[in-house]
Amino acid sequence: MTTVAEKRPTNAGHDGGRLPLEYTRHEGPLNILGFWIFLATDVVLFASLFATYFVLRTHVDGGPTDKELFGISGFTIETVLLLTSSFTGSLAVYAMRNGNKKRLLGWLIVTLLLGIAFVGYELHEFLDYAAEGATMQRSAFLSAFFTLVGTHGAHVTFGIIWMASIIVQIARYGIDAINARKTFIVSLYWHFLDIIWIFIFTTVYMMGVVS
Amino acid sequence: MLESLKEFAGHFFVTGEPLIYMSDVAIVVVSLAIVFTLTYLKKWKWLWKEWLTTVDHKKIGIMYLISALLMLFRGGVDALLMRTQLALPNLHFLDPQHYNEIFTTHGTIMILFMAMPFLFALFNIVVPLQIGARDVAFPYLNAISFWLFFFGALLFNLSFVIGGSPDAGWVSYPPLTELATDPGPGENFYLLSLQISGIGSIATGINFIVTILKMRAPGMTLMKMPLFSWSVLASCIIIVFAFPALTVALALLMFDRLFGTHFFTMLHGGNPMMYINLFWVWGHPEVYIAVLPAFGVISEVVATFSRKSVFGYKSMVAALMVITVINYLVWAHHFFTMGASAGVNAYFAVATMLVGIPTGVKVFNWLFTMFRGRIRLTLPMLWAIAFIPCFAIGGATGVMLAAAPADYQYHNSFFLIAHFHQTLIGGVVFGLLAGLYYWWPKMFGFILDERLGKWAFWFFNIGFYVCFMPMYALGFMGMTRRVYTYPAETGWTGLNFVSTIGAYLMGIGFLLIVAQVLYSIKYGKRDVTGDPWDGRTLEWALPSPVPHYNFARIPEVSELDAWWHMKQNGETLAAQNKKAPLEPIHMPKNTGRPFIMGVFFFIAGFGFVFNWFWMGAIGLIGVVITLIARSQERDTEYEIPAEEIRRTESALGRL
Ligand code: HEM
Ligand SMILES: [Cu+2]
Repeated sequence: MTTVAEKRPTNAGHDGGRLPLEYTRHEGPLNILGFWIFLATDVVLFASLFATYFVLRTHVDGGPTDKELFGISGFTIETVLLLTSSFTGSLAVYAMRNGNKKRLLGWLIVTLLLGIAFVGYELHEFLDYAAEGATMQRSAFLSAFFTLVGTHGAHVTFGIIWMASIIVQIARYGIDAINARKTFIVSLYWHFLDIIWIFIFTTVYMMGVVS
Repeated sequence: MLESLKEFAGHFFVTGEPLIYMSDVAIVVVSLAIVFTLTYLKKWKWLWKEWLTTVDHKKIGIMYLISALLMLFRGGVDALLMRTQLALPNLHFLDPQHYNEIFTTHGTIMILFMAMPFLFALFNIVVPLQIGARDVAFPYLNAISFWLFFFGALLFNLSFVIGGSPDAGWVSYPPLTELATDPGPGENFYLLSLQISGIGSIATGINFIVTILKMRAPGMTLMKMPLFSWSVLASCIIIVFAFPALTVALALLMFDRLFGTHFFTMLHGGNPMMYINLFWVWGHPEVYIAVLPAFGVISEVVATFSRKSVFGYKSMVAALMVITVINYLVWAHHFFTMGASAGVNAYFAVATMLVGIPTGVKVFNWLFTMFRGRIRLTLPMLWAIAFIPCFAIGGATGVMLAAAPADYQYHNSFFLIAHFHQTLIGGVVFGLLAGLYYWWPKMFGFILDERLGKWAFWFFNIGFYVCFMPMYALGFMGMTRRVYTYPAETGWTGLNFVSTIGAYLMGIGFLLIVAQVLYSIKYGKRDVTGDPWDGRTLEWALPSPVPHYNFARIPEVSELDAWWHMKQNGETLAAQNKKAPLEPIHMPKNTGRPFIMGVFFFIAGFGFVFNWFWMGAIGLIGVVITLIARSQERDTEYEIPAEEIRRTESALGRL
């Protein structure tokens, strides 16, 4: 019986083929640890934005409140899109571990498309609010809302550009240690954004609608 | 057309001040002189190939150092201008607006564009050598950090002649800094330049954590790592968890000013206290970011020049780590008077005082290290010895300030000014200067002249006490900070005059340091052994200056003070090199992209300062393009052949 692990393409010379491919070149473990620490800084960044949002949430200055503003269907669709993309992102890494370039590319592209759809929906939501007069400039609550959710959206947008760049490289060079590392790191980033979104979903949208 | 151009230029360039016209002329002349010299000596290519595109941690460190010393000069001139204005009552040397601008640029430059790069200079030059590594974990990112710092500093300094300087203090509190009360580009310069250099600082933090955790020489467990590297690790952990709060504070205030949001405004539900909290959630840790590496330097210097292993190594490490945690929990001591409840103030007062315990541990350990040591009073040791009492007094007055009820009296008085200068100069600057003298031979291959150095030392130290001790008294007498003048009836004249004399003594001290460097370039003693101080840690095993791959073979470490033990056992790096044939070394390639990325950040920052969004967009698109180009780059290393290493090493007498 062959296990998944045995089929992994590895750099057998270095370590007896035990490490995942993304750890096999010398810079692999460094980059991955460095990226984890970067994510820690991003946690602090979002924590600061969340704190600001909670302080200013009720400062609506006679304008729309969160309850009046948020439309359940909009943020539900966004949530489904992003959570699904996180799942397909994992499938991509799984395909990479199996050395299946076609599947890897396929899942990455699906992830990318879901991400684009997410950003599109979010933009749509923002424009809707703005059309109702709920702009960033209207009240402190809205400033904080657009900045917190928008920062997350900007992160996703950046992730899309980044993932596209990695897709190009996988198409050109296949699954080697460098690309494996890049795919692994971008998937970390993607899952991280998913977790942030879960906080936004529960503490901004759900609590807003319920309150 | 001509009229509107004139009108534009009148706003764009700062006008109407003779001091500024003089500076305009000076800037143009100096720039022309630099361009001319480089062209005349045909050095443009050298500048680009050896420096602007380098990813070598030692060269990046030297560039940080030069920038830091230049900024120390600019910040110092600002300080002398302020002290001149305050020397006597009712002076009109500076008008109120100008005074506001100067204390703002002085504080901002000293902390962010002098202390930070000075620290990063030592991080870069020392850490890889001390832990036995060939470079930092991410050399390319390291170059980006430097260029972001550089262009951030450039943007900030540009405000002096273009657009106008920020004028709301180094903390830039809203609602004063909102557009309605502080129009014009001044505060935008502050917000954007700090943002750009702050991104670089975060990257440096990540870089050195990974370097220290992952790239130590075999056998160097964390508990065998030199204390300077430990202090850098602590400092970088704080950077990573504190700087993002500054990023957010600056970004939100920028949104208020550029896009009309209401985070910190007085109208439409804004809350200025939120900025003040976010700022100090970064701001207090920032002082530990700066002072912990200075502690690290003192630990190295005291051990080396007492010829003893540092006393209580484990407690030193523990103290560093305890400070790394507590320093996040004390930020509200910067605004005891701003309406928090008694419970909140009591908590922050006690938490602040707790920091005194681990700090006290360190002070006693240094003293015990010196106790019964064979002390050599070299320049680094002199600065270290001056550091200890100075920092201790600063700490004691800090505990006074931390007593919340009493702080209602001290808050924003000259007592506070004296306190934080005592920790920032007596702590950070003295520590950094000790480090500068200590590692200078490692960087440049010669030792700085002792005689001139001692003159500089005494001028600076005596000047320091003459300048700042009177300020404690002035604070008690009711003089508040950020006042541009005072009437004679206050009775503050004498002490202010003395203080100004002290400031000029320090200025002379600085000039003497410059003279010392220039003199020593020509006449300084050459360091031919690589180990001029009979050092204890690995960097002293290498020749000075260090070859660009650092270690021909990565040494094996078995104990703390690795090099000292190697010497005790009669070992040398040469012997290690001879054990087996040398192998080729992989090094990162030089690249101009970090520099170009810095330029794009600068363009973006400049555009946003003036609300020219098209220009901001161009800059940001440029940044994204450089990022994509990096992502697509696969061939980033080259190999130094074994033969070349062999030749270099034998030329250095290490084979
Ligand atoms: C030559 C030595 C120095 C002198 C004579 C000096 C003097 C002064 C004076 C007179 C003020 C303004 C007091 C007021 O009117 O409020 C000031 C403010 C300040 N200084 Fe210094 N200083 C020196 C070095 C430094 C250094 C090395 C640092 C930091 C590493 C530093 C950081 C600051 C800060 C943060 C402020 C507060 C600025 C503000 O009010 O926003 N100074 N200094
Ligand atoms: Cu503090």
